[in-house]
Amino acid sequence: MVSKTTDMPLPRILPAGDMALVVEFGDAIDPAINARTLAFDAAIAAAAESGALSGIVETVPTYRSVLVHYDPLVIGFEALSNALSGLSAGDRAAEPGRLWTVPTVFGGEHGIDLEFVATTIGARPSEVIDLFLSAEYRVYMIGFAPGFAYLGGSPERLHLPRRPEPRARVPAGTVSVGGMQAAINSMEMPSGWHLLGRTPARVFDLRRDPPFLFRPGDRIRFTSVEDATFRRLARDAEAGAYMPACSLS
Amino acid sequence: MSTPVLRAVDPGPLATIQDGGRRLWQRYGVSPAGPADPPSHAIANLLVGNPRAAAAVEFTLIGGTWQVEATSVRLAVAGGSFPISVDGQAAPGRRSLTLRRGQSLTIGPADDAVRGYLAVAGGFALPAVLDSLATHVRSGLGGLDGRAIGRGAALPLGLDAAPESPDLALDARELPPRRLPLRIVLGPQDDQFFPAAIANLLDTDYTVTREADRMGCKLAGAPLPHRGGHNIISDGIATGSIQVPGSGQPILLLVDRQTTGGYPKIATVISADLGTAGQLRPGDRVRFARVTVAEAQGLARQARTGLDGLAARLSPVGPWDSNHLDAGRLLGLNLIGGVVSAGTAGENVDACQLET
Repeated sequence: MVSKTTDMPLPRILPAGDMALVVEFGDAIDPAINARTLAFDAAIAAAAESGALSGIVETVPTYRSVLVHYDPLVIGFEALSNALSGLSAGDRAAEPGRLWTVPTVFGGEHGIDLEFVATTIGARPSEVIDLFLSAEYRVYMIGFAPGFAYLGGSPERLHLPRRPEPRARVPAGTVSVGGMQAAINSMEMPSGWHLLGRTPARVFDLRRDPPFLFRPGDRIRFTSVEDATFRRLARDAEAGAYMPACSLS
Repeated sequence: MSTPVLRAVDPGPLATIQDGGRRLWQRYGVSPAGPADPPSHAIANLLVGNPRAAAAVEFTLIGGTWQVEATSVRLAVAGGSFPISVDGQAAPGRRSLTLRRGQSLTIGPADDAVRGYLAVAGGFALPAVLDSLATHVRSGLGGLDGRAIGRGAALPLGLDAAPESPDLALDARELPPRRLPLRIVLGPQDDQFFPAAIANLLDTDYTVTREADRMGCKLAGAPLPHRGGHNIISDGIATGSIQVPGSGQPILLLVDRQTTGGYPKIATVISADLGTAGQLRPGDRVRFARVTVAEAQGLARQARTGLDGLAARLSPVGPWDSNHLDAGRLLGLNLIGGVVSAGTAGENVDACQLET
């Protein structure tokens, strides 16, 4: 067993049937817990890569846990639990987070709930936009649909209950808030969140390699653009000639 | 020479292309898809000499009608007692059949299955999307342009002619068992439920509602009360997870499930029973029985070993030909009976002779 140098509590390991298990690091949406989760996910990948750990099929890191899909004919639950308990992720940093700048056109046809959100929180629409732009968002996890990133970090005033009835078809690129979270739709999908605007950036594009723009741990800042800019960039994106700006930090 | 295809003259209510499923992309929100009943999918493939995770058609309720637009095609149907006919003439199941250009295969409904598999030797020549041919209709990935197979669709074949090797047949005793109760491992979030919920889950029947598809089956029965709220911080989902939303009524998640979700999961159906779970239909009554993880993993090994050995236990059989068989049978009857009836038998013989 590798000794732990961290004062974080030990993770809980829970069975999810006979072909998967959950390694759980906490019960909160918290950047530190998420960072630890992602570091552990990276440590599993490294151990599998080096041959130190066998039987791993794939892993799904989320806010505060890693779901490990494994082959029970290669490694059983007890053996894998022991191996994972001894895996040190404390001093291993996950891949450095990238900072994306995501241009967004707010309101009008692109953000049909901007007025509703403004009325609800007692602000002008322009103030809602400024509030939304003031935050830096963290990609906590990807799930629900291909490339759909759950973003945390939205200002508290924008934490609103979801719509009672979801909308059936919300286009790709839609920028929305729901509960404590924000999101950019990766494809057309149903959504019960409040739609503030739309980005021309394609979060999921099969023509790209890799097809997914974001990774968990990435950070996002939104900038406001005019409708004309949105349309120009959307045309470029359609032609596969536009990616939002990204810097490593 | 045009591309060899299998024509979906009528693909039934819902038919999709499924291979073994899409792996390694769940971390990006991509559902695994793949066959709802993996052992049956594997059997259809093995019967035509394919690797068992090759792409095959998964049909629902009725297999419909498929026409050969290639020199010849070897195909097989598995999943249940689906009646099969070739050009309108009943054909045997649990074996491969080799059809010539222009011949049609029709697959009717089965009383013991909702999903069936139609495999072709050499598989389908379709592009992989994210490393897989599996269709996930909700996200528009895989198969034929990410969609269900439409009426009249052309499925490009990997081979223009059936292999030279003999057809293969499967003994009925080799079919993987469909068994209830469905065995489950408790967790990962069983600690979020009152003991009464666990007791209800293990001791009472649940009925499959009409809301049942490849994504999951909503079940109805004794409620499963949560200890705290019915929301957890979204985390990963395994196929077979039984999640419980605020209604307290469980949802059994199948292969088209999302990768992550925010409802507590009280238990998970074991992998050896996922084929049975994938064949549940509205109105079916389901019981659950608890096993340990170690027991479930022993059963997984047994199931996998059984499938691994199956290819070796298939028997070569002679070609099936509606005309020859029927002519032979009738000829036999005539010889034994010594009398040629002036009725339908004679007409059939004539029809056969005209065709051959």
